Amino acid sequence: MKNLIAWFDERIPMTKTWNIHLAQYPAPKNFNFWYVFGALAMLVLVNQILTGIWLTMNYVPSAEGAFASVEYIMRDVDYGWLLRYMHSTGASAFFVVVYLHMFRGMMYGSYQKPRELLWVFGMLIFLVLMAEAFMGYLLPWGQMSYWGAQVIISLFGAIPIIGDDLTLWIRGDYVISGATLNRFFALHVIALPLVLVILVFLHIIALHEVGSNNPEGVPIKKKKGSVSEEEKPNFKFHERFTKKYDIVDSIPFYPYYVVKDLVGVGIFLFFFCYVIFFAPAMGGLFLEPPNFEPANPLKTPEHIAPVWYFTPFYAILRAVPDKLLGVILMFGAIVALFLLPWLDRGKVRSIRYRSGFHKLNLTIFAVSFVALGYLGLKPATEVYTLFSRIFTFLYFAFFVLLFFYSKNENTKPVPERITK
Amino acid sequence: MKQFLKTTLLVAATIWSVAGFAADPTVPLDEAKVDLHDKASLQRGAQLFMNYCLGCHSMEYQRYNRTFNDLGIPLELGMENLQFTGEKVGDLITNAMPTEAAENWFGTAAPDLTLVSRVRGADWIYTYLRTFYVDESRPFGVNNAVFPNVGMPHVLQELQGVPRKTTEERMIDGEMQDVYVGIKTDGSGMLSESEYDQAMLDLTNFLVYTGEPMLLEQRRMGWYVFGFLLVFTILAWLLKREFFKDVKK
Repeated sequence: MKNLIAWFDERIPMTKTWNIHLAQYPAPKNFNFWYVFGALAMLVLVNQILTGIWLTMNYVPSAEGAFASVEYIMRDVDYGWLLRYMHSTGASAFFVVVYLHMFRGMMYGSYQKPRELLWVFGMLIFLVLMAEAFMGYLLPWGQMSYWGAQVIISLFGAIPIIGDDLTLWIRGDYVISGATLNRFFALHVIALPLVLVILVFLHIIALHEVGSNNPEGVPIKKKKGSVSEEEKPNFKFHERFTKKYDIVDSIPFYPYYVVKDLVGVGIFLFFFCYVIFFAPAMGGLFLEPPNFEPANPLKTPEHIAPVWYFTPFYAILRAVPDKLLGVILMFGAIVALFLLPWLDRGKVRSIRYRSGFHKLNLTIFAVSFVALGYLGLKPATEVYTLFSRIFTFLYFAFFVLLFFYSKNENTKPVPERITK
Repeated sequence: MKQFLKTTLLVAATIWSVAGFAADPTVPLDEAKVDLHDKASLQRGAQLFMNYCLGCHSMEYQRYNRTFNDLGIPLELGMENLQFTGEKVGDLITNAMPTEAAENWFGTAAPDLTLVSRVRGADWIYTYLRTFYVDESRPFGVNNAVFPNVGMPHVLQELQGVPRKTTEERMIDGEMQDVYVGIKTDGSGMLSESEYDQAMLDLTNFLVYTGEPMLLEQRRMGWYVFGFLLVFTILAWLLKREFFKDVKK
């Protein structure tokens, strides 16, 4: 065995990579449960890829065959229903864990210097994930697949001058048709997953370059020679990390956070499997009832709502009376998140040591996001539209206010070291 | 942190209660107490479906043998008594009515019913089947309380009898209005009112089954998975506790 490992190590940096990224990678010792969602996102990604491969074996990507092939998978393929529910539930679970992962970053200031690029890679992952989910939702070729895609693609038509040509180019037809389905299939099963995996790789490489943040927002890298031997942790970290800095208050990612994440995985799987086995449609949130009817271009459903993970942005879109302005604001909501590292001019990372005003601002932001998600599911009545406008305003107010107060914020003193 | 969570929950709850009023459907749906374990009910439902519905509505994603096996009907018996179109036992349950003809006859193609329970829900189907009423203004002389201006004739009239809508005058927004309160039949049907309700429950039960034929297997497997996860999570937690003894607080 030793000889075998040595044989590989002479030819590829196997042990070295393992040590740098896992066994001798210093992770702050004070991670709380908010830090499990990155690992869970990875788990769900693997789930999506594996179940996706098996679904592709029986799925028929054509307007004539798609709907029936999904029912064929559900009824005639051995455990096909399980693969399909794992995939459909996985799509929603992906957004649940990614939204929580992003919120963690916002709470503890994980996007602040020097982690700006790490955050931007994460946002790119989020963007590609939305495209991936949107295209995947067309594939069952049900009523909601069809009309949801119709609504979302038509948004691009609001862009001046090129709008109409652009929607035509995306659809590959004058209406959504088999041509659209086939190209979405190609993008969903190969192009976007490939981009997604590459971005996840870059996200992790960037993370391991700058090191993980933690709930205290206090760096674990200290000036070389400033820490006494007794104060250094009893673990061996790779010289890549210890050459320039003294590492404090850290533990190696493997085995400590691997076993800790396993507990998180177990708890997450309880929820995940509850949905798969007992509520795969999740009351119409994960699988919408009209989507059990084949796509019919001549029959518009009474009420078209995108899947829940898009509804916060959909509500922002609908809150604006002008279509183009609505589209701009909707994309603006995502752009604002991209710019977060530069909008926040504060020096204190963690919410624990930031001002009461910041805590309130972030709370209102989170509430607005959830409320917009709820409103996006509802028909656009007068009352709901009014609420959508209020919460859209509060959503953007978070970023504007943050930009102004963060420069001279009344923060609490930040400890030198991770105390707990 | 605790304060933070508390505020979030409180604000969310307030919004939920303010924003959470949805329009009620005009006709309240009756609860269908379906039971997928009740094989006898499912068999009676299948019998009703094959005799009364399949003439116009297909069930094109479901197969005969799967249905018979799941419902505990011997294949030979099923093929002799519940299969009228000369198909093979492994075939999908289709019918011979051309879509175009259906559009001419009923104004719309009769929808496939394999997944109707997942689109409409059991309560809707159960109520729909029991709320046809005489309406001479309609082409087939009947209308439906939960599906206004439905294109379908009341094919179960020989079972139910002639149904009539009963209304009651009620004060709504300061005006007296006729409000739908239920259906009364003239008693000319082959079944009594309670027998008809039971028959429609059987039919609903069958349609719920065809919507998700794997449902019982799915739930059974779910409990085993929970059992496994319980053991897994406990072991993972013990492992974590053991490892974290090395970590200085």
